[in-house]
Amino acid sequence: MNLPVLAAAIIFWLAAWAFNEWLVRQNFQSAAANSAARFAVPVIFGITILVLWEGIVRGFQVPSVLLPAPSMIWQKLINSLPTLGADFRQTFLKAVLIGYALGCGLGFAVAILIDRSPFLQKGLLPLGNFVSALPVIGVAPIMVMWFGFDWQSKVAVVVIMTFFPMLVNTVAGLAAASHMERDLMRTYASSWWQTLVKLRLPAAWPFIFTALKINSTLALIGAIVAEFFGTPIVGMGFRISTEVGRMNVDMVWAEIAVAAVAGSAFYGVVALIERAVTFWHPSIRGGRA
Amino acid sequence: MQEPSFLRDKLLPVGTIVLLLIAIWYVAVVFLNAPFERDTAGRAGTEISFSEIVRNTMAQERPVLPAPHQVIAEIWDTTFNKAITSKRSLVYHAWITLSATLLGFGIGAALGILLAVGIVHNRAMDRSLMPWVIASQTIPILAVAPMIIVVLNAVGISGLLPKALISTYLSFFPVVVGMVKGLRSPETIQLDLMHTYNASSAQTFWKLRWPSSMPYLFTSLKVAVAISLVGAIVGELPTGAVAGLGARLLAGSYYGQTVQIWAALFMAAALAAVLVMIVGFAHTAVLKRMGAKP
Repeated sequence: MNLPVLAAAIIFWLAAWAFNEWLVRQNFQSAAANSAARFAVPVIFGITILVLWEGIVRGFQVPSVLLPAPSMIWQKLINSLPTLGADFRQTFLKAVLIGYALGCGLGFAVAILIDRSPFLQKGLLPLGNFVSALPVIGVAPIMVMWFGFDWQSKVAVVVIMTFFPMLVNTVAGLAAASHMERDLMRTYASSWWQTLVKLRLPAAWPFIFTALKINSTLALIGAIVAEFFGTPIVGMGFRISTEVGRMNVDMVWAEIAVAAVAGSAFYGVVALIERAVTFWHPSIRGGRA
Repeated sequence: MQEPSFLRDKLLPVGTIVLLLIAIWYVAVVFLNAPFERDTAGRAGTEISFSEIVRNTMAQERPVLPAPHQVIAEIWDTTFNKAITSKRSLVYHAWITLSATLLGFGIGAALGILLAVGIVHNRAMDRSLMPWVIASQTIPILAVAPMIIVVLNAVGISGLLPKALISTYLSFFPVVVGMVKGLRSPETIQLDLMHTYNASSAQTFWKLRWPSSMPYLFTSLKVAVAISLVGAIVGELPTGAVAGLGARLLAGSYYGQTVQIWAALFMAAALAAVLVMIVGFAHTAVLKRMGAKP
């Protein structure tokens, strides 16, 4: 038992908590200070969690097999950058990105194709909604069997996982333009194609980006879990499952940290593109819808 | 405008698509399994006609893609022809997974609601926790699953609880996000009315915030129950667990038992559908009790 460390961590925690309580009650004069305070509160909270974690692990001398301290994970992360980089390339750059592009592209294309057939829409939409509630991840062993151990099978899993959210959301988005606007396009004698490109697709962007954001998380999960079923000796899911078996828990945490950063960055990039494309939407403009 | 009819707008289109998919499946069965039949025939030195290939591909022992009727036969066999306690019974494995799912879902939903109540009533908690709750949706949480299982195993906790914890973890976030939205959904005018009644914050909570959060709660519960099933299944993968649908998937993939994989997959799908449907029924029942118009 290392009491001083534990006590220091707990004191830090209480101090940070009190500071946060104080910070949220402040009303600063300048807008910049206010937004800085808004930003600081969650950051302080995050740092507090890390400090408390470090303090508890050191204070109670928790064996590193159970829970390594954040500093130890950071050490491991820095020391094994080449391995982590190779895993990242295999899982993220190959499986996730290719699968994501293919799955979203296919979902979008099918949604456009069935746009003119209400019958197909009525048939496919309930199925698509149904499939998104299913544990689709279970197809992973089958895909590994069909497409081999390498990244191709992971791409297949990612495609299947991302296809249906994209399909359902695009169809919903294409129906989002109101009757008034469509009638206006009719009075302009615009063709189906013109209406699609100039009115209905722009109106559908918010829905499509919702799907893109959901899929950015799903794709990474799909690729990692698919690697639990068999993979060449590289990849994030492979590393996690083997290092867990060898009880190198700090390596697992380092890999999870990489996955978390990759996932958040992926999501962030999609969200940034969304801001640029749907700049007119009330939720982006900051107005009230 | 025509009245929407169940037959024309639901059954007919969905039925057509399902039939189409099954037809495509059968064609794919012939297509994918044919090379094996040709190989066998070639090694035996015999010619094999197309009709024979079609017949054989439907009944292979370890097909690349089993035919739908094979999968259904396997499900039927392992569901009704085996004792429920037997390790070969699909019901037994489904029950193992279901119990972990339900336990995790229960804990996750309860924790999520508690945290949402805290977030709505405390500004510091709102500002410090909410960004992390939202950010945590963007990271692949399932990657943590193997570690939780193995580490808890090392401490001596094994069996149901570790899997349930993964389900808890997964089902927790949608509930928090949905409930925070729901508890904040009463409009200012309604809150003001409660204020003019001199209602305490507990009264405002139970009489206004809680009832108006119900639609949001059930919507997020549907997401949560589906995702906790995924959590329980993935939780069964890394330990080489001997029981559960995830273990069936893994064992099937090790020994090339494709029919077994598909049967487990269908069972998981049915389980997910039933769970979501139960939450859906609870949703309509609660809303009806609260006097909502359908």
